[in-house]
Amino acid sequence: MSTATPTLLDVRFGQGVRNYLNEDYGFFSWLLTKDHKRIAILYLISVSIMFVLGGFFAMMMRVELLTPEGDLLTSDTYNKFFTLHGVVMIFFFLIPVIPAVIGNFILPIMLGAKDLAFPKLNLLSWYLYMIAALIGLVVIITGGVDTGWTFYTPFSTQYSNTHVFGTTFAGFIAGFSSILTGLNFIVTTHRMRAPGLTWYRLPLMVWALYATSIVILLATPVLAITLVMLMLERTIGVGIFDPALGGDPVLYQHMFWFYSHPAVYIMILPAMGVASEVVAAFTRKKIFGYSFVAYSSLAIAFLGFLVWAHHMFVAGISTYSAMIFAFLSFCVAVPSAIKVFNWTATLYRASVSWQTPMMYILGFIGLFTIGGVTGLFLAALGLDVHVTDTYFVVAHFHYVMVGGTVMAYLAGIHYWWPKITGKMYPEWWARLAALLVFVGFNLTFFPQFVLGYLGMPRRYHAYAPEFQVLNVLSTAGASVLAVGYILPIVYLIWALKFGRPAGPNPWGAVGLEWTTSSPPPKENFHETPVVSWDAYDYPAMMKAMGETQNV
Amino acid sequence: MMLTDFPLFPEQASTVAGDVDNLFIFLCVLTGTVSVLVFITIFFLAIKYRRTPTNELAQDYEPPHLLELAWIVIPSIIFVGIFVWGSWLYFHLARVPNHAIPIYATGKQWMWKFQHATGQREINMLHVPVNRPIEITMASEDVIHSLYFPAFRVKADVLPSRYRKMWFQATKTGRYHIFCAEYCGTLHSGMIGWVEVMEPTEYQKWLAGGAEGSLASQGEQLFQKYACNTCHTNDATGRGPILAGVYGNDVMLSDNTVVKADDNYVRESILNPRAKIVKGFSPIMPIFQGQVSEDDLMKLLAYVRSLGSTKQPINPPESPQSFQSNAGAVTPQTTTQPKGNQP
Repeated sequence: MSTATPTLLDVRFGQGVRNYLNEDYGFFSWLLTKDHKRIAILYLISVSIMFVLGGFFAMMMRVELLTPEGDLLTSDTYNKFFTLHGVVMIFFFLIPVIPAVIGNFILPIMLGAKDLAFPKLNLLSWYLYMIAALIGLVVIITGGVDTGWTFYTPFSTQYSNTHVFGTTFAGFIAGFSSILTGLNFIVTTHRMRAPGLTWYRLPLMVWALYATSIVILLATPVLAITLVMLMLERTIGVGIFDPALGGDPVLYQHMFWFYSHPAVYIMILPAMGVASEVVAAFTRKKIFGYSFVAYSSLAIAFLGFLVWAHHMFVAGISTYSAMIFAFLSFCVAVPSAIKVFNWTATLYRASVSWQTPMMYILGFIGLFTIGGVTGLFLAALGLDVHVTDTYFVVAHFHYVMVGGTVMAYLAGIHYWWPKITGKMYPEWWARLAALLVFVGFNLTFFPQFVLGYLGMPRRYHAYAPEFQVLNVLSTAGASVLAVGYILPIVYLIWALKFGRPAGPNPWGAVGLEWTTSSPPPKENFHETPVVSWDAYDYPAMMKAMGETQNV
Repeated sequence: MMLTDFPLFPEQASTVAGDVDNLFIFLCVLTGTVSVLVFITIFFLAIKYRRTPTNELAQDYEPPHLLELAWIVIPSIIFVGIFVWGSWLYFHLARVPNHAIPIYATGKQWMWKFQHATGQREINMLHVPVNRPIEITMASEDVIHSLYFPAFRVKADVLPSRYRKMWFQATKTGRYHIFCAEYCGTLHSGMIGWVEVMEPTEYQKWLAGGAEGSLASQGEQLFQKYACNTCHTNDATGRGPILAGVYGNDVMLSDNTVVKADDNYVRESILNPRAKIVKGFSPIMPIFQGQVSEDDLMKLLAYVRSLGSTKQPINPPESPQSFQSNAGAVTPQTTTQPKGNQP
């Protein structure tokens, strides 16, 4: 701790000091950069654009659903909008967002490394993402796609006359972007840790990103295979999923969910990593049960591969296989529960700061808990028969992915914004936005649980009149949520110019990233750090601070 | 719309609805309690130990790690309990009661077609008697659909590749929603209808309304139209197996395996007969894949079922007249194959 201590109290603000942002200028210094921090910024801009696009589709859907009749959009347009909302938000926002933006920026710094193991591969993965995104945009402009983001056969292979090929091809390319990022993270975590930084001294964010990367590396190739089969089926009719040729459309669902269920963990595991970092920093305490939380990430990564068919309990799988998948689904709930309880226990006798990142994470814990426990409803087989494919499922996975991943992402962006840009965001506005997001989110999605249990199926352009009141509530919530999401975009950009300088460690947090200047220099550290302390070693820091205060 | 006009809980109109709702309510209470306790704990701790000038630094204290064991073991036990309860319900839903009234359903972009054993056909409307188990055999003509009766708490995907079955027993007369729950294209949200649950006497009256003969007899006409009867005769001289008494029983195949002649076996034997050859016969039957519509296939299935099976899937036991009249409608026309001729 002795080496880190002085910088914790360091008041050098780093203004005018050489850093990764002012090291080079010009368009190509960004487009050809191999610096993981600049690539993170490129990703930040790209995923933010995709988020706005996906949000636009969502908002149009919510406005359409204000009335039971399908009156604002045609059925085909509505179907395209929910498909594009799903495709954009999942493949181009939720999957890359935390690993590619926050992970890219912070992982090498947390490891005390100069960069990721393969900087050029890292840049390539951004270009693959951009190629995929551009194909996606071409698809949208030239007429869209209407299969739902799940591309179920035989609708996608034989019946839809929209751009299924283009969309799945974009998904295929985006998958390789993920694979390269995952590979890069795994090698970096193994090979590039600073001297003294043993596995059990790693921040939990690193454990989470590592577990995520394993899932990405093992699951995404299956998506690639599945999408290739789908494309072949659609273009030359190979018949793998076509009953008339001896194929089985349900096989497609098995293959699709073999990737897409683990993909849920690709989205939520990094969010749990952010939660652990923020809880530690804003309680000034070591996360309770560090090793349980670390291993629970690996357990989730492993079990996440064994539960795919719980999406298919009414799709025509055998009763006994449904039981096995239901049982494993309950198993995967255990490590998630561990994390929630451990974060809660960390608050005990802590020093809890209610700053914006912590507000988001408290919201995250609440919403993720609701998302998690409603998963138990869906894993209970006989009950799933009633609620699957209804708004209950829609509400459940939005609680996990938006209430979980997006809340954690916003927490992480606020937490590391001073490190990324060297500037503080306006705290008052940020707290207001956090509150709006929390209230707006619950107002949007809680009524959907009720709608689902009432029996309103998902992907309905028009609906029965008795569902209207709850739909109006949901749309009202979505409007509040939209304001909550637009605010950070505005004030974070404002803060770039007008924010007060952050200094190296505005939160009084421990962790290697807080020992270097803000923004960090191109090579991250002025000298290679040597680590001799455990993650979240606040007692040592407190001691140091206590001594200083006594002076 | 008045605020009082909208329901917050769905109508319970089947024998299983109450069981499903009990599990749902139990889970709501259980998870609601746990979640609220977690939220209260978080807020209490986050406020009690909030950062103040005197509490700048957390105390160097860790709760006992026995706690962790507690919140691994206790949730696990509860989860096993929920698992058992949910699975018990699922098994109950999967087991079709004996003597259920058979109804055939076809999903098609974007409508539901129902055929009754007595020959009535309906679109986006289904009439069933109250307090009788109903067994629906269903297939899709195109993409995957999902037949969903929210008031009965049952739902099953309808596949283009094979038959699936679902059942329910309505407990209250009235009209309830039918939805398609699996996205199926442009008018997915228009693939809806009503199920009309009627008193048995009303239902009998409704059944007496015009039909072109029972489904089995319509199937028999198709059996002749497609010239099936030239090979599937009722004696050992036929080039195809005798079909009487086959349905629901075991069949020995040419590779000496034994399969049960269920709905999907019959379906496959018509559409792709060479997939399973009955022992002692040659693979000479033409392939009917793409030749027979789903509706006709169901009629043929109803005919094969009527030729004899271990259970009699006809009408409510309370109405023996209609059972007899139905059987009577079949028997006189069964010129080539008298009923009950066991091989």
